[in-house]
Amino acid sequence: MSEPLLTVDGLQAWYGRAHILDGIALTVGRGEVVALMGRNGAGKTTTLKAIMGLVERRAATLRFDGRDLSALPAHRVARLGVGYVPEDRRIFADLTVEENLEVGRQPPRPGAPAWTPEKLFALFPNLAEMRGRRGTRMSGGEQQMLTLARTLMGNPSLLLLDEPSEGLAPLIVRQMAEAVRRLKAEGLSVLLSEQSLSFASAVADRACVIETGRPRWTGTMAELMADDGVRAAYLAV
Amino acid sequence: MGAKVSTETTRPMSFLLVQALSGLATAATLFLVSSGLTIVFGVTRIVNFAHGSFYMVGAYAGWSLIERFGGSPAGFWGSVAAAALAMGALGAAMEIGLLRRLYRSPELFQLLGTFGVVLVVQDLTAWTWGPEDLLGRRAPGLKGSIDILDQPFPLYDLVLIGLGPLVLGLLWLLFNRTRWGTLVRAATQDREMTSALGVDPARLFTGVLFLGCALAGLGGALQVPREAVTLQMDMAIVVEAFVVVVVGGMGSLTGAFLASLLIGQLQAFGILVFPQITLVLVFLFMAVVLVLRPHGLLGRADEVPPTAPATVTVPLSAGRHAGTWALALLAILAAAPLVAGDYALILLTEVVILALFAASLHLLIGLGGLVSFGHAAWFGLGAYGSALLVKHLGAPMPLALAGAPVLAGLGALVAGWFCVRRSGLYFAMLTLAFAQIAWSITFQWYAVTGGDNGILGVWPPAWAAGKATYYWLTLALCGGTLWLLRRAAFAPFGYALRAGRDSGLRAESVGIDTRRFQWMAFVLAGTAAGLAGGLYAFAKGSVFPTLLAVPQSVDALVMVLMGGIQTVAGPLAGAVVFHLLESEVMSLTDWWRLVLGLIIVALVLVFPRGIVGFLSGIGRRA
Repeated sequence: MSEPLLTVDGLQAWYGRAHILDGIALTVGRGEVVALMGRNGAGKTTTLKAIMGLVERRAATLRFDGRDLSALPAHRVARLGVGYVPEDRRIFADLTVEENLEVGRQPPRPGAPAWTPEKLFALFPNLAEMRGRRGTRMSGGEQQMLTLARTLMGNPSLLLLDEPSEGLAPLIVRQMAEAVRRLKAEGLSVLLSEQSLSFASAVADRACVIETGRPRWTGTMAELMADDGVRAAYLAV
Repeated sequence: MGAKVSTETTRPMSFLLVQALSGLATAATLFLVSSGLTIVFGVTRIVNFAHGSFYMVGAYAGWSLIERFGGSPAGFWGSVAAAALAMGALGAAMEIGLLRRLYRSPELFQLLGTFGVVLVVQDLTAWTWGPEDLLGRRAPGLKGSIDILDQPFPLYDLVLIGLGPLVLGLLWLLFNRTRWGTLVRAATQDREMTSALGVDPARLFTGVLFLGCALAGLGGALQVPREAVTLQMDMAIVVEAFVVVVVGGMGSLTGAFLASLLIGQLQAFGILVFPQITLVLVFLFMAVVLVLRPHGLLGRADEVPPTAPATVTVPLSAGRHAGTWALALLAILAAAPLVAGDYALILLTEVVILALFAASLHLLIGLGGLVSFGHAAWFGLGAYGSALLVKHLGAPMPLALAGAPVLAGLGALVAGWFCVRRSGLYFAMLTLAFAQIAWSITFQWYAVTGGDNGILGVWPPAWAAGKATYYWLTLALCGGTLWLLRRAAFAPFGYALRAGRDSGLRAESVGIDTRRFQWMAFVLAGTAAGLAGGLYAFAKGSVFPTLLAVPQSVDALVMVLMGGIQTVAGPLAGAVVFHLLESEVMSLTDWWRLVLGLIIVALVLVFPRGIVGFLSGIGRRA
């Protein structure tokens, strides 16, 4: 079997003095959608930020596409083809939709779908209608779509999606799930953090469950849905 | 003045028009410089004190180039452009060498670090070009003037007036029509997200510093045909540029343009109406704007500089035997006259006074989290309070000394009301503004303060004239005040202040009126600094406007920083080390600014926790 696209082992991370992650381990295969699951505060967001290099981190293994990420700053990680979509929709509110996309633009890379604004507007028709609009005048769902589209402009081969369904109306959540499936069909690999079982089960192949910064369980999404014990222990609120 | 007034009565319209035009020419220069400052601030969130230094060196470099090549129009404008580009390169070098390490530091370190650069550049400029003012040649082809309603107006100034909007337009195109500009605007809003999208923030920031400093250099080089190139240009322009940027709204280019126009006109007409207080006028204008529109004319609430996480992360600790140590130290100090000679006693007297000055500033910074960049105002007001009482009313020393904290405290009461309305960088800018107001009053109100000549002959009466007696008097007054300040730090007042520092919102929600406590702290700190100033006046026998100037405020900050912010004893240690350095080491060299500047930069880079913090860190590790 070939090496997975992303391999994480023994990942540690800190916020100042607070030790948040303690030995996270997971893999994402090529073309695979993996859901990183856990309760509030389990360390899902920090895991994605640590892979990206946005928090102080150390790892036994942190490999992406045959490259060691553990000493690279965020912009180098991004340029290797890791796309990060934050949970809090950090769009550039003073910039128009088109300018937001321009900030994300990177040259196309082999082995990953190449995006243009036109292709993205086809994927997210709402955005097409407001290309000249500034971020301050967009709804939460539109902002979430723009955040995703902006990251896709970097032509990533792996997408780190942080809580894509959080705080969105049910209709938008369905559009989001549809978008993730389309991206998978285009050949993208996805690691998404999620609290909602229904969203995860709609898009993910496998799940990795963490609690208080440590890995607890990993298996296919179907196994997780069948295992009441694991769900009750680590996910039920 | 008489000539101007008669002109005004005979030809009011044309005169006013020309006056307005010359205000526009001033505004153009002001905009060039402050646009650079505001761009750099917008992206890096650093208020670059050294921005005026690039303006000054730009003028010097421009002068040299224009002397050599400026005979033809192409040579002249080429020289101006070359000077601007050279300043851009220097700015980029400063970003790589210094600023890059300060992005995550508290604003105090950023302001001080860049002020260190100001000092270094001043000495290097004096070393390169000499101390004499330089007069440059006029711009070829633009030497004459044209008549506007029968009033002559320099052609060159007309070109400058056109240059302001031209540069604004070009900058607008750069930021709105190029990828680089889009990336800069994105990084201005969210640095981290921009880097997560694959943009190297370091390269972007280096580029921004290049642009900002090139604009400053351009402004400087363009001054060569208009006015003498001097070593005082840097501080004069940077303080004005601060005002423009704060009035316009920090980070807003259009705001800077608007503010430049307003301030240009204010200066042009202010000099007609209130020739004595033109400097005060500008700062008063800024204070009024900030109270009416807290984020400046075009600034927005969400662009408030994210105040770096509290300067203090280690809790202020009382120390177990602090009282015993303090008493022992006091006893040793009190016994000093038994062994020390006159010179040592003079030095000790000054050290004790400065310790009180530094400790009063520490009350604001350490407890209140309020970084004042104008604390010298209260020190100087105290000194002038004493000196004026002696000079004009013939007051005896005890009365004059009592007047010092009263005058300083009243000044701090008024200024504090404005200043505590804002926090972080705006607070620093406001305190700086008030210090400049106080400074310009002492500097310009010649009849009362003697202006630049200061007030001489402020000596203690016969009974206190002995060095030992005056030393004991100083020790008793400063020691007593220090004890009071320390009591305040560990009293409910101090707790409330620290609560407001660590989380203003949470403090408010448990019923602490944060702003009122900060105001009280401001007045207390000002009063204590005023007493130190009064004692200083009698120790020196004279007072000068420099006592209220920016470098004096920075001295106090350096003392606090040297000692470390986390300890109550820190500022005392800082005052000792600083004053010994100043009087024993820096007096040995003519290049003391260079030495002091390098010390400041090193302090900021190497000892972010100060000397006491550094030592106690070693102690803990051992």
